[in-house]
Amino acid sequence: MESTGIVVAFYVLSAMTVMSALSVFLMRNLVHAIVFLVLSFIGMAGLFVTLSADFIAVAQILIYAGAISVLLVFAVMLTPLASRNNGNSLYAAPGLLLGAAIAAIVVFTAIDVEWNELTGTALEERAFLDTISGIGDLLLGRYILAFEVASVLLLFALLGAIVLVTDRGEVDTEAEAEDGASGAVAADDAV
Amino acid sequence: MSDAPLQRSNDSAQRRPATPMAQQILDRGSLLDDAKAVPNGLKAAGAVLGLGFLAVNAAIAFIVIDGRLDGEWYDFRDLGNAIARLRAELDDTSAGPWLSYWVTGVIGAVGILSFLGGFLLIGSWIERRLLARFQIRMGPNRVGPFGLLQPLADALKLMQKEVLIPLGADRMLFYLPPILVFIPAMLAWGPVPWAPNMSYLDLNVGLLYVISITSLSVLAIWMAGWASNNHYALLGSMRTVAMMVSYEIPISLSLLVVVLLTGSLNLGDIVAWQADHNIWLGALLPFAMFTFFFSSTAEINRTPNDIAEAESEIVAGFHTEYSGMKAGLFLAVELGNALLVGALLATFFLGGYSMFGLEEWIPPYLILAAKATAGYFAFIWLRATLPRFRIDQLMSFAWKYLIPLSIANVLVVAIEASIAARWDVEGIFIYGSFAIVNLGITAFAVRSWAKVVGYTPDLERPVGTRIAPRIGGLKEAKRIQAGA
Repeated sequence: MESTGIVVAFYVLSAMTVMSALSVFLMRNLVHAIVFLVLSFIGMAGLFVTLSADFIAVAQILIYAGAISVLLVFAVMLTPLASRNNGNSLYAAPGLLLGAAIAAIVVFTAIDVEWNELTGTALEERAFLDTISGIGDLLLGRYILAFEVASVLLLFALLGAIVLVTDRGEVDTEAEAEDGASGAVAADDAV
Repeated sequence: MSDAPLQRSNDSAQRRPATPMAQQILDRGSLLDDAKAVPNGLKAAGAVLGLGFLAVNAAIAFIVIDGRLDGEWYDFRDLGNAIARLRAELDDTSAGPWLSYWVTGVIGAVGILSFLGGFLLIGSWIERRLLARFQIRMGPNRVGPFGLLQPLADALKLMQKEVLIPLGADRMLFYLPPILVFIPAMLAWGPVPWAPNMSYLDLNVGLLYVISITSLSVLAIWMAGWASNNHYALLGSMRTVAMMVSYEIPISLSLLVVVLLTGSLNLGDIVAWQADHNIWLGALLPFAMFTFFFSSTAEINRTPNDIAEAESEIVAGFHTEYSGMKAGLFLAVELGNALLVGALLATFFLGGYSMFGLEEWIPPYLILAAKATAGYFAFIWLRATLPRFRIDQLMSFAWKYLIPLSIANVLVVAIEASIAARWDVEGIFIYGSFAIVNLGITAFAVRSWAKVVGYTPDLERPVGTRIAPRIGGLKEAKRIQAGA
């Protein structure tokens, strides 16, 4: 944190992330809320870039801004009254409580951790240039078990999605095969 | 017309075309005739210019290879080294690193934008003229010489038109998409290497960056469809979202295969790997290349898969309600994305800026531009040739065909990559044998998997020709030709 560019980028990106995150739950239109959510994801990715965590930044854009947001889009499209007044919620009090709890945990951790801030030459010595090969080594070396468990979990999720949308006990005529073939759309209807 | 079957005669004077269209096909000149029609003076001037260009290139390349310029070019032919030297000089000044960042950033951005802008000016003319040629029409030929100024006239017309906002549209979301869809189309050019040492964003995660940035345009398209307050627009955008989400998986799997072999996510390293081993990844991984090409047509709404804006079904898809320059921006992005996919295809599978040593003699960025334009030509060819898929056909093709085969392809290439890493043989032999093996596996797997999941109803499979012999079908023609 010495060059002015990084500092300016940090404050601009933080402001963008926080403001759009605020807008997400102040917006009464769910569609606008999704757009601001994506903006806050992209701001987070920018913050990761300033920390020179390039892989995490790209993964943030790929998974959150690219994929999770599309999932939310489908969810909103299936929600009646998505673009109308969504001011009242039954879950306001528990939601606020949960949010306060998470904020307390984050603040407590930030205060409790002993931050070794490096500056100058010490920072340059510790500079890690290529995060992606390090992450790859760790994933397929030390954390191979967790990696495998995650992939098995994803495989089961995939199989579960296929099982959910398959017509069972019906004669698989051509017309039905055509009707059921429209992949993701049919899957969402079934869910 | 008589009912007599098609007679094939060697005498061209007696050959009678069946339809006026066939007459036109016979009458039109070939490209060779067009080339012959060019005036001799123009030919001579072109020859002098071309030969002079080659001579200058060869002279400079001789000097460089001879080592008189410490092995590097600093002229127009290797902008990468020139800018790297400029950066080094700027870093030495007292202003600090920010000056060199700004200067090189501005230079690179101006370079990419001017290349893309120049292409957008000429690209739509190329596409319309070529399509017209494929369809035996003239194409735009009124504005300027050969109609070259047509794109300019189109742009001026679009800028003059009023931008209408439909009643009940979501105003905020209606304004944003033409801008938002432009950003990924620009940013995705960043990691593309134009020469050694010459890419705008030399990222270690360049390949992932390209995938993630291009996936962002889904949201802009969905916003456009949602905000228009129009059923056709919403249908088009939902089709696009479903299609893009489906086809991102085969694209990622096909690029994963590239990473497995080259061992790097850096686009420059991928091209350098191909240049080092003197082999194109497209020859090594034919199925991955096909998957990437076909899925890209779905991602950028080109013709075999342009159901997002199928004119005959849903007026213009997600940009039905956009008028004026906002619609123009969507069209420009479509054009630019076709070239981008051409450049990415060249970078990943066709050797990028390298051309088996030719890059020593002519500027590498010209080679990449030529390859990208060739990819763009392939897209135009497809658009003129193929009909459009239905949405359910597209979806089942992605999920039932491309994805299982891509996963199998990943397995095969992983085995090959580990063999190549452990076996210390001359690269060209081992990769040449891999290329042959992969081609065989691909041909076998594509055919057999198509038989397993293909839509081949027995009733509709023709056993023999029914109507065709009456009017002289192909079989009948062959029978006659055989001398019956």
